[in-house]
Amino acid sequence: MNTRLAFVLACFALLALFPLVAGSYGIDLVTKIMVYAIFALSLELLVGGTGLVCFGQAAFFGIGAYTAVLLSSDSNASSLAWLLPASVLAAAAYALVVGSLSLRTKGVYFIMVTLAFAQMAYYVVHDTPLGGGTDGIYLTLKPVLGTLLDLDKPGTLYGFTLACLVLVFAGLAVLGRSRFGRALAGIRVNEQRMRATGFSTYPYKLAAFTVSGGIAGLAGFLFAVKDGFVNPEMMSWHLSGAVLIMIILGGLGHLRGALIGAFAFALLQELFKSEAIFGAFAKHWHLGLGLSIIACVVLLSRGLVGLPAQLPARLLGAKNSEGAAP
Amino acid sequence: MNAPASNLSEAGAVLLRGRNITRRWGGLVALKEVDVALQRGSIHAVIGTNGAGKSTLINILSGEFPPSEGQVELLGQDVTAWAQARRARAGLGRSYQRNTIYPSFSVFENCRLAAQATHQQAWRWWQSAQHCTVSCGIAEDVVQRSGLADLRNLAAGLLSHGQKRQLEIAMCLATQPQVLLLDEPLAGMGAEETERMLAMLEDLKADHAILLVEHDMDAVFRIADRVTVMVNGSVIASDTPAAIRTDPQVLTAYLGDH
Repeated sequence: MNTRLAFVLACFALLALFPLVAGSYGIDLVTKIMVYAIFALSLELLVGGTGLVCFGQAAFFGIGAYTAVLLSSDSNASSLAWLLPASVLAAAAYALVVGSLSLRTKGVYFIMVTLAFAQMAYYVVHDTPLGGGTDGIYLTLKPVLGTLLDLDKPGTLYGFTLACLVLVFAGLAVLGRSRFGRALAGIRVNEQRMRATGFSTYPYKLAAFTVSGGIAGLAGFLFAVKDGFVNPEMMSWHLSGAVLIMIILGGLGHLRGALIGAFAFALLQELFKSEAIFGAFAKHWHLGLGLSIIACVVLLSRGLVGLPAQLPARLLGAKNSEGAAP
Repeated sequence: MNAPASNLSEAGAVLLRGRNITRRWGGLVALKEVDVALQRGSIHAVIGTNGAGKSTLINILSGEFPPSEGQVELLGQDVTAWAQARRARAGLGRSYQRNTIYPSFSVFENCRLAAQATHQQAWRWWQSAQHCTVSCGIAEDVVQRSGLADLRNLAAGLLSHGQKRQLEIAMCLATQPQVLLLDEPLAGMGAEETERMLAMLEDLKADHAILLVEHDMDAVFRIADRVTVMVNGSVIASDTPAAIRTDPQVLTAYLGDH
């Protein structure tokens, strides 16, 4: 077994054992982080896997969340069996529409067009009664799967979110090694060459974009179920930026980078928000978070996944330069 | 009119034809009424100074961008409106002036990915690339044929310049083309690497129609069956190497009035 696989399996094993030792705050926090990790994995497929920097990923996340809330009944708990696929499909459908138009552009234009589509979705829920405006909407009854799963219970939701994370991770790992995944990797490195080789790259990119939107929709669904509430901020560009930072922080081009990045980002956020540690400065948590992210990016060019490879070299370099000093 | 399919497999059959190709960039005429015909079993070299329009010609023939006027026929079919990928799938392979290999992939993986383009069934998208027998079989064949078998597991970015150029050609071959458009395959190569590449082109000639854009005149006149000379976007001469050597227009264009 290679070390990367062992690392990922160890992470999932620790996550599976975590509820045995954690309290309700810990379970709620790690559930949220696992949702972010699924969200980050969806963007990793686009940015790290295909070379498409999407700056509107929050739209798909938000559509998944809003679909879950809008389709849920206020009188009876809805069935997970149809509500979850409906949320994923709604997000994937919007991704298909956005992708079919935005993928005709490239580079910075693509970034701006995806941002524009996300802002359109944001203002639809922000400015119309459909999405409850700025107040958002509450999810009165959380979905169930017969008597098997009741997502109103934090422990059950934790286990379900972990199962989704494992499935998404494993699915993307298989996809990365598939013919489709290798073609996406080729497009990321040199799209012109792929076309000259005989690949019509547009359908490949559109398929990746749609799958990515669907996964982001799954994350949105889980987030809505966890919080029992949705509001337009779930579709804002801030969240699109945050998830982009997560995958950069973790290390682009690695699925485990998305996982590590989501945990690092959320835990740093919690750390700098902590009044017990930072006192009155905790209200300026954005500053601490921003500085630590800048430090990570400057010191670790390959992200946190590159830490084991870079750390010995850096320490050795520091020792050598100390030795060389007169 | 389309040529009969049976004729296309014979030596001497015209596999790719460009008729009256003109390309304008605003007021600049990069190509002016160029005619070119590539025959199976023949290497057709295109020479000319920088800016003569050689790469533009390759780009138009391969479908990188369309001509302003004119027509491109591949295997007897009018493909002027076809996208580059479709032309490639129909049997048109090209290499670039600069290396366009995938540096982080192994040599074998580069060839396997190119081979994958020949059979892209949507319902097999999930199949493991590593276990695709068709792609792996083609890749194995071209890795052997291009002399890169010993380096098959090496990351392509670690190859020498000459080996990278060989891999470029190997990736072209992995798409199983009938026509090869090669843009300066000998650029930056040492004497030994040049010899190896020329031997490879000589070997490929029998089954393919080859267009060779090249600055190494010794190599061109040694290997080409036909040479087209371009100046400022126009063809000034197109003939056998022996005739081109003594063509007064070519001598004037290359040597001036001395």
